[in-house]
Order: sequence, then C-alpha cells, then structure tokens
Amino acid sequence: MSYTDTNEGKIAHAHDPRYGINVMIWITLLSLTVITIAVAGLDLGNYTLLVAMFIAAIKSGFVINYFMHIRFEDLLFKLFIAGVIMVLLVVFVLTALDVFLR
Amino acid sequence: MSDSTVNTNGDYVNFYQYKGKHSGILGWLLSVDHKRIGLLYLGSMVLFFLVGMTLGFFMRLEMWNPGQDVMGPQTYNALFTLHGIIMIFLVIIPGIPAGFGNFFLPIQIGAEDVSFPRLNLLSWYLYTIGGLLAVASLFLSGGPIDTGWTFYAPYSLRTGTEVIMPLMAAFILGFSSILTGVNFVTTVHRLRAPGMTFFKMPLFIWALYSTAWIQIIGTPIIGITILLVIVERLFGVGLFDPAMGGDPILFQHLFWIYSHPAVYIMILPAMGVVSEIIPTFSRKTIFGYGAIAVSSIAIAFVGTLVWGHHMFTSGMSDESRWVYSFLTFIVALPSGVKIFNWVATMYKGSIKAETPFLYVMAFIFLFSIGGLTGLVLGSLATDVHLHDTYFVVAHFHYVMFGGTIFIFFAALHYWFPKMFGKMYNTKIANIALAIMVVGFNMLYFTFFILGYLGMPRRYYDYLPEFQGMHQFATVGSWVLIAGILLMFTNLFLGLKNGKKAGNNPWGGMTLEWTVPSPPPLLNFKKIPTVKYGPYEYEHYDEVTKNVN
Ligand code: HEM
Ligand SMILES: [Cu+2]
Repeated sequence: MSYTDTNEGKIAHAHDPRYGINVMIWITLLSLTVITIAVAGLDLGNYTLLVAMFIAAIKSGFVINYFMHIRFEDLLFKLFIAGVIMVLLVVFVLTALDVFLR
Repeated sequence: MSDSTVNTNGDYVNFYQYKGKHSGILGWLLSVDHKRIGLLYLGSMVLFFLVGMTLGFFMRLEMWNPGQDVMGPQTYNALFTLHGIIMIFLVIIPGIPAGFGNFFLPIQIGAEDVSFPRLNLLSWYLYTIGGLLAVASLFLSGGPIDTGWTFYAPYSLRTGTEVIMPLMAAFILGFSSILTGVNFVTTVHRLRAPGMTFFKMPLFIWALYSTAWIQIIGTPIIGITILLVIVERLFGVGLFDPAMGGDPILFQHLFWIYSHPAVYIMILPAMGVVSEIIPTFSRKTIFGYGAIAVSSIAIAFVGTLVWGHHMFTSGMSDESRWVYSFLTFIVALPSGVKIFNWVATMYKGSIKAETPFLYVMAFIFLFSIGGLTGLVLGSLATDVHLHDTYFVVAHFHYVMFGGTIFIFFAALHYWFPKMFGKMYNTKIANIALAIMVVGFNMLYFTFFILGYLGMPRRYYDYLPEFQGMHQFATVGSWVLIAGILLMFTNLFLGLKNGKKAGNNPWGGMTLEWTVPSPPPLLNFKKIPTVKYGPYEYEHYDEVTKNVN
C-alpha cells in the first residue's frame, strides 16, 4: 500500500444504499431484543448467561456485518475485527476463571 | 500540490510562518496541522505535569513529621487522588503519542498529515474539556474526590465527595485517546510514502502503532466501567456494591482490564523513542530491528492478559492468582528483548554521549529498577507482603516517571531543534539531568525500603520510626523538583534566545531529519521515495545529501 493507493474508489461503490436489507435487519434486531427480555423471565438456571450471550452475539454479528459495513470491506478489516473478537474472548475466559472458581 | 513551502519571493516558509485562514491564537486553536496540534498537546501536558508535581510536593511536605503538618487526612486523600488522576489521565496516557506522535508520525512515514486531521483537532478539544472538568470538580459542593485514581468500588459508590464529574472527565479523556488511536492506525496503513514497507518504518512508528491498537481495544472498557459506576451511584443498581448484591471484585477486573494495558500505552511509545535515539547517537544500525518491532506487538498482546496481578490480595480465586502471576512473567520476555537489543546496538558503536543520549541512559537505569521490582510484585508470595505499601509507590514511579517521563524529557531534548529550529544550552540540560537522577533516587529508592518495612501507601500519617527516611525522601523531592525546574527553564530560554539549530544537528537518518527545521506546512516539498531501512548508516550520505 503506498501513498497514492488510497482505497477511495472501492469505498465509493461499497456505499450502495440497501435500505431494504437494513430495515429487515433492524426488525430482526428488535425481535431479538424482545426475545432477550422474554427469556430473562424464564428460569434457565446456569444457562441464563449463556443464552443471553448467544443472542447478543447474533445481534452483534448483524450490526458488525451490515450496519458497520464490514461484510463489504477488505480482508484487512475482517482480520482486524477477528483479532479484536479473539482478544475479547480471552478476556471473558480469564474473568470467568475467577468468577466461577471463587 | 500547490507549493506551501515557499512564499512569493521563493523564500522557504515554515509552519509557524505559514499564513492560513486564521492567525494569532485562532491560528492554533482552529488549526488542523498535525504539528500545531502536537504542540498544543505538549504545552497542555507540560502544564498539567507541573500542577501534578506541585501536588506531589505538598504531599511530601505533609510527611515531614508524623501526625498533621500542613494538611489533614481528607486533604491528603484528595491530593494523592488528583495527583494520580492528573499524572495518569492527563499526562502520561496522552503523553508521547499525542504530543510527539502527532508531530512526528506523519513526517517519519513521509506523509503530509494524519489521515483525519479534523478528528485530530477534536481529540485535543476532548482532552482539554476532560482536563477542565477534572479541575472544575474540585470546586463543587461535595469537595474534591478522594477515592484514589483507581476509583475502587464500593468506596467510590459511597463517598460523599464529588465522584461523578471527575469520572465524566476520565470518560471524555478516554474518547480523546480512542480518536488518536484510530487516527494513527489508519495513517500508518494508508499514508506511508512509496517504498516504506512496514519493515522499513522507524521503530517509533511501530511503537505508536501497537499503542494505538491498545487505545482502540482497551479504552472502551474503562469507559463502560465508568458509566456503570455512575449509573450505580445515581440509581442504586447494585452492580458492584456487595450490600446490594453486587460484586466489588468485578469492578477491579473491569478497571484493570483497561488499566494494565494502559501501562503499555504509557511505556511502548517511550520504548519507541529510545529505539530512535540509541541508533542516532551510536551511528549504527539498530541491532535486531525485526525483534524490536515484533516485541512491541507481543507486549501489546500479552499485556492485555495480565491485569489480575493487581488483584492478588483482593480475594479472587486461587486458580486466577497463579495464572495471572505466570502470564505476568511472560511479559518480561519481550521487554528483555528490547533492553538487550538496545545494549547490543551500542556495542562497538561510535557513541556520541550528547544530551538526549544521556537522558536515555538515565531511563535504562531507572526503568530496569522499576521493571525488575515489578517481577517482585508479580510473584504471588512476595506481593502479599508488599501490596499497598510504599514499595508499590516506588515501583510505579520508577517505571512511569523514571521510564516514560524521563523519555518524554529525552524526546523533548532530541526533537527540540526540529520542532523549534533552535538549540538549548546542552551543558545546563545535562546538569539538570544529573540533579534529577540524584533527587529521584533519594525520593523513590527510600520508598522501596519504607515499603519493605511495612509503610502503607495513601496515609497522611506514619509511625515515628519511619521519620528519618520520610524526611530524607522529602529532601529528595526538593532536589528532584529543582532539577525539573532547571530543565524546563533551560528549554524555555532555548526557545526564546537559543542559537539557530541546523536541519540535522544529531546526524539522524529518519525522514524528519531530511526536512528543514522547523518543517514547512505539509512537511515535504515532494513526498520522498524510501529506499533503505531507517537506521542503515552505511547509506547515511545518500539519504541526507539534500539536507543543508
Ligand atoms: C514530580 C514529582 C512527584 C512527586 C514528588 C510524587 C510524589 C507522590 C506521592 C508522595 C504519592 C503518594 C504516596 C502515598 O501516600 O500513597 C504519589 C502517588 C502517585 N503518583 Fe506521584 N509523584 C511525582 C510524580 C509522578 C509522576 C510523574 C507520575 C506518573 C507519571 C506519578 C504518578 C502517581 C500515581 C499514579 C500515584 C498514586 C495515586 C493514588 O494512590 O491513587 N507521580 N506520588
Ligand atoms: Cu499491571
């Protein structure tokens, strides 16, 4: 990548408006939120946290891919996001090591 | 590109002389030039440093005799809290990246500016607003915050002092830090000059790049934690307060998940500066370029996993305790890689022991003491004894002050001629350094002994048997402060009446030494094409042939 090689061209046509799909995703996110709240009312014991995290992960997937546009971006961006998610996972595991074994 | 480096008469115009839309003070406050923004940051940070130093001076005064001397316990608590908040959030976290990074990152990679100049200015405004909020909170009715800079719950939820406003300040400062990080990552990826591959970048850039990633990944966590504390204080939500079913240790986790990596935000850029200064004054290629570059990334990565070493005595699980202790020891490896490579660089170099180099030598000495005592604290068994004593206070002053701040000073002396086009009196600068090193060790080495003997930190009072050492340390603080004031006065005089500095007074090879001092508005007449690595002194004549 050099000084002159800015990505301008690519970014420009990655910005096609896709209102339809965005609205769909918005509705999906809202329904997932409703599910989260509904599930919170059930007594799932030890699985409460897992279920909540699972739904949250799906929601983040939609937000990252569509609203943040990562689906349509270079591999580099995807690698960055993957790296960050790995760090987040390790942080969760290390914290859990204390919370569940204390 | 219209040529902004010369005026209509064909004379060269530097960025101070360049006439933009605004002039005078507005020419600074509204400028999106990375060099002006860097200098705004530097000025603000030096100011806050002097305030923090004054608070430290008064704390040491209070410790002259046991019992109350110049202030009561509540004032002392407020002073160490403010001292910590100012030194951490307003001085060393923005520190080298926001100041020197802003000024030199674009120049060192051969760019005209950072990728997002306006965002850059915004981050300085957020920084300033955060700083002003922190100061304003002192005058609210509750009185100055007294939680320590770590805001530990549940005390921070229950104290009657003003907590929300300084927390908001820290939150806003966090945003400023994230914006700088985003800007630097993008700039490094997008704006490198032709020919400058990642492995031809100066090591300062590698350090800033790793730091920027920590800023982006880590800072949101402290932001959320701060918001949770505010929510709990305002609405009594029971997240951290055990009386309401909360978990106070969870606060410590969240706090240190950011704040341990934050110590790498503080030290990595400093290590980058060291990797610039040593080859320049040894006139030799740096030994193990790749190892140093990659060790920055390794430190950034492993450093995000060790936060639990601040919590050995907090009551967390035994499994966590040994895991974190073990991980902590691993960080010593990439840090050792750096120290050994620096020493190997100097070996058989033709060393010119000029001022910036001497500051770096002081750093290596002080930082090694700080780093090695960190291992003492990182081992489970010894930490149980030393936790929350003056030993810890000594340790972090050695690494943060002896490490980062001494390199901040080194960078000031190294890049001063480039930034201002003038030279300071090097003899006085060296004398000031000698005074500082003596005062520093009188003050903080004594803290190691005091802590080892059991003197707890954050107390305004102490047992009579500690008096001799406390007084010795206080005298040390006077010596140290005298040295600091001498250094700044000398730089200030250099700024006003210093001799004109050449474009490359130290014989450096990175790109900033190939442009005039001070640089023109967009740094380069023509974006350079990079052929060699940053420290290949065998090509020195070719790289610097156009520098006059
Ligand atoms: C300039 C001279 C300085 C002096 C005289 C000084 C002195 C002190 C003293 C006396 C304490 C409190 C010890 C206690 O009672 O627990 C303290 C705490 C602290 N200092 Fe400094 N210091 C100086 C510079 C710095 C610098 C440059 C930094 C960081 C870059 C720094 C960071 C801190 C922090 C984080 C604390 C802990 C605050 C807390 O307990 O919440 N100090 N310092
Ligand atoms: Cu730590």
